[in-house]
Amino acid sequence: MKQGINTINITLKVWRQKGHKDKGRFETIPVRDVETHMSFLEMLDVVNERLTLEGKEPIEFDNDCREGICGMCGAVVNGIAHGPEKGMTLCQLHMRKFSDGDTIAVEPWRARAFKVVKDLIVDRSSLDKIIQAGGFISMIAGGAPDANAIPIPQEIAEKAMDAAACIGCGACVAACPNASAMLFVGAKISQLALLPQGKPEAAKRALSMLREMDELGFGNCSNETECEAVCPKEISIANIALFNREFLKAGFGSSEK
Amino acid sequence: MQLDGKVPGGQLSEKWDRHRFELKMVNPANKRKYHIIVVGTGLAGGSSSAALAELGYNVKTFCIQDSPRRAHSIAAQGGINAAKNYPNDGDSIWRLFYDTIKGGDFRSREANTYRLAQVSNNIIDQCVAQGVPFARDYGGLLANRSFGGAQVSRTFYARGQTGQQLLLGAYSSLSRQIAAGKVKMFPRREMLDLVLVNGQAKGIVVRNLITGEFESHEADAVVLATGGYGNVYYLSTNATSCNVGAAFRAYKKGAFFANPCFTQIHPTCIPHSGEYQSKLTLMSESLRNDGRVWVPKNPGDKRRPNDIPESERDYFLERKYPSYGNLAPRDVASRSTKEECDAGKGVGTTGYAVYLDFNDVIERDGIDTISKKYGNLFDMYKNIIDENPYETPMMIYPASHYTMGGLWVDYNLMSNIDGLFVLGEANFSDHGANRLGASALMQGLADGYFIIPYTIGGYLAGTAPSEVSADHPAFNEATQAADERIKKLLAIKGKRTVDNIHRELGQIMWKYCGMARNKEGLNKAIKLIQELREEFRENVTVPGSDSDYNLSLQKAGRVADFLEFAELMVTDALAREESCGGHFREEYQTEEGEAKRDDEDFCHVAAWEYGGYGKAPIFHKEPLVFESVELTTRSYK
Ligand SMILES: Cc1cc2nc3c(=O)[nH]c(=O)nc-3n(C[C@H](O)[C@H](O)[C@H](O)COP(=O)(O)OP(=O)(O)OC[C@H]3O[C@@H](n4cnc5c(N)ncnc54)[C@H](O)[C@@H]3O)c2cc1C
Ligand code: FES
Repeated sequence: MKQGINTINITLKVWRQKGHKDKGRFETIPVRDVETHMSFLEMLDVVNERLTLEGKEPIEFDNDCREGICGMCGAVVNGIAHGPEKGMTLCQLHMRKFSDGDTIAVEPWRARAFKVVKDLIVDRSSLDKIIQAGGFISMIAGGAPDANAIPIPQEIAEKAMDAAACIGCGACVAACPNASAMLFVGAKISQLALLPQGKPEAAKRALSMLREMDELGFGNCSNETECEAVCPKEISIANIALFNREFLKAGFGSSEK
Repeated sequence: MQLDGKVPGGQLSEKWDRHRFELKMVNPANKRKYHIIVVGTGLAGGSSSAALAELGYNVKTFCIQDSPRRAHSIAAQGGINAAKNYPNDGDSIWRLFYDTIKGGDFRSREANTYRLAQVSNNIIDQCVAQGVPFARDYGGLLANRSFGGAQVSRTFYARGQTGQQLLLGAYSSLSRQIAAGKVKMFPRREMLDLVLVNGQAKGIVVRNLITGEFESHEADAVVLATGGYGNVYYLSTNATSCNVGAAFRAYKKGAFFANPCFTQIHPTCIPHSGEYQSKLTLMSESLRNDGRVWVPKNPGDKRRPNDIPESERDYFLERKYPSYGNLAPRDVASRSTKEECDAGKGVGTTGYAVYLDFNDVIERDGIDTISKKYGNLFDMYKNIIDENPYETPMMIYPASHYTMGGLWVDYNLMSNIDGLFVLGEANFSDHGANRLGASALMQGLADGYFIIPYTIGGYLAGTAPSEVSADHPAFNEATQAADERIKKLLAIKGKRTVDNIHRELGQIMWKYCGMARNKEGLNKAIKLIQELREEFRENVTVPGSDSDYNLSLQKAGRVADFLEFAELMVTDALAREESCGGHFREEYQTEEGEAKRDDEDFCHVAAWEYGGYGKAPIFHKEPLVFESVELTTRSYK
């Protein structure tokens, strides 16, 4: 820890919305003496403690692991999903990245497929539905061959891991002008298509996940690349290209329609 | 009452095979007549839901988070053990078993621990087939690393995100079964009670966390896979929603709680820094493969670490435990760290931290190699502490991490309540008084993929499909009681927030029932906990209402449970008058300050039965019988 405690004063403009039928509005909350060692969520905790003691309702926000891996947290901070730091979730953002006197706007993910539940919390169950449409390898417990039976070149395994790092937070959707889930879908399809175990179903998987994505009200990908810029796991849009290849194969090369 | 663990007869290595053969079976066509509730979607709950559905049972699965993929297992970093012996360094099922039982200081059930080692290899096969991208070497075969308490390299990993990848594997199988209609998934639900009919587990009552409504769900069996209670310390490496609630509700309904005082304090976490702090971040044990732990030799040395010459550093783990060195097991490493800090040699602003230094290995292997291995951990550290660990040694300190104690289960993973099964961190069975690194993931998946699918069949085969429906009065009673508890919490309207009281509870537990315990302190803790519980009942304030999403209300319910549960933990710690694994009673130590077990009087599982609010719990014991290993003094020197 660097010696000494630095504090800053900030003004929060935070989105308050009771439920998805409520219209919602920004509330301005001045916050004094924020220690810069705090994480962004710890700053919100402190604000919430204060609101609670004042008899007001705290700001609801999703969070769980608080170390950037569960994908539970997320909000748009000053117009950027997960805030200004690259490759980071909101829970990993620290207040030392802000300056004294800053006004910080905080809003929920906004997308047709994500309804607001309350304040900063949105319903992302549509992402689970996309996975249910085919984001798996069809196998059952007990039937697997020895793990080393099929060697997988290190480079391929690493690429699959890059794609598999997705935490399903939904920032890519929130950042996309079309509210597309293409980076999310592309990452899963690439991971499984790269691995020999996932190849047999690759084409079918791509088709069915994409179909589900459309049905759930996500938009199309028009190569805006905003998703890649905000992805806390820095998942590359190259995965979307790979996805498109799988998709083309599925469309023209197979009997799956 | 003496408890029967129902360990099958025969040679240790043959017990499981024999038991599987002897277990009654439900024929495939009948499986679809049975309904099973699984609470939890971590490695244990996710894998069991999928595996049970694959067999044809109808499964209903519940979790607190908005998606099953976010269970706390997602955060596991380092890896998962298996006895594959791919590196040819002398590993075997027996060795994995022996390391695990010895690591647990001979306080686990031999047959369970052996079975765990036995199925470990199937887990790795299963995960690879699911598409888990484990690390591989240049030839394309699976890579291994070492973890504490072992002298072989048997830990499989996916960068620093092993838990994430394993959980996503289980989640993908679960998703497939959801799509097939065999699992009905209920996210954002919190189990608030277990429902018994004629003494058998027949369902649960949950609260929908978005609408606040109660729901009743009936089934032929209930599986709890609700994780551990490390958050009793408030500050821990666990996710913020981790709680004891579901297990505690089952306890109140008659399930026995085993060895609650066996908690694991992990040696390598980022130290505490301020009042506002909400959690402690783990720096994976894998770092101890290459990092060297040290403190300045002279107490109060305030120089920057890089200015302290080699000769004035004390690599205390290497000094005290030459054969395991920096890879001494967690309990040993944590306690040793505390000792150094208590002796005034700690570093950092609070004096409660030691260095974990990578300088030697960076010189040996180069920055690139190290960043490939640990890059994400180093980045995480830098982001939190604002210092570069490639240049300045990390500062670490122990933190609450894992709980070996849990609901008592027999060899079939069934609690003393018929039809209530408990898996993963929520049960007590495999790790004794201390868990070795990379063994929790192994246990969660062993329980879920390879054990419960067999043992639950043995139970169901002897039980006709349930006629109990959710309008049975027992559901109504449980709902009423849960609703009352919630209304009460909202009505107190006192002056302290839930977190504020939770933090105080954590401080009490950390001080008196943490890395070192003694009779006087434990007695004091009981009094402090009781007072704090009264304070909570009179002076907590819970904002908002019970008819929409209200995190403060959820937390209030969980803290209320922790406030009762903490007393049980302390009671157990008081009753166990010996030191073993993570349970270090200062009165019972060797001259060298190591844990001193008492196999004469305490070679047993302590299983506690709820005795009523404010009443002492009732003690039951399961003697631990070791048929195949000899109890030795654990030595890592
Ligand atoms: C930071 C960290 C790193 C770790 N690294 C490793 C490692 O490298 N190797 C290793 O082996 N182990 C590791 N562990 C330990 C390991 O991750 C856990 O012990 C294990 O994942 C627990 O799995 P589980 O399935 O039992 O429970 P969890 O994953 O905790 O899941 C609990 C589930 O129960 C649900 N739940 C809880 N209460 C309720 C309720 N009342 N109602 C409804 N649902 C409920 C939750 O929503 C969740 O779905 C680590 C732990 C931590 C904290
Ligand atoms: S809280 Fe888990 S990723 Fe932020």
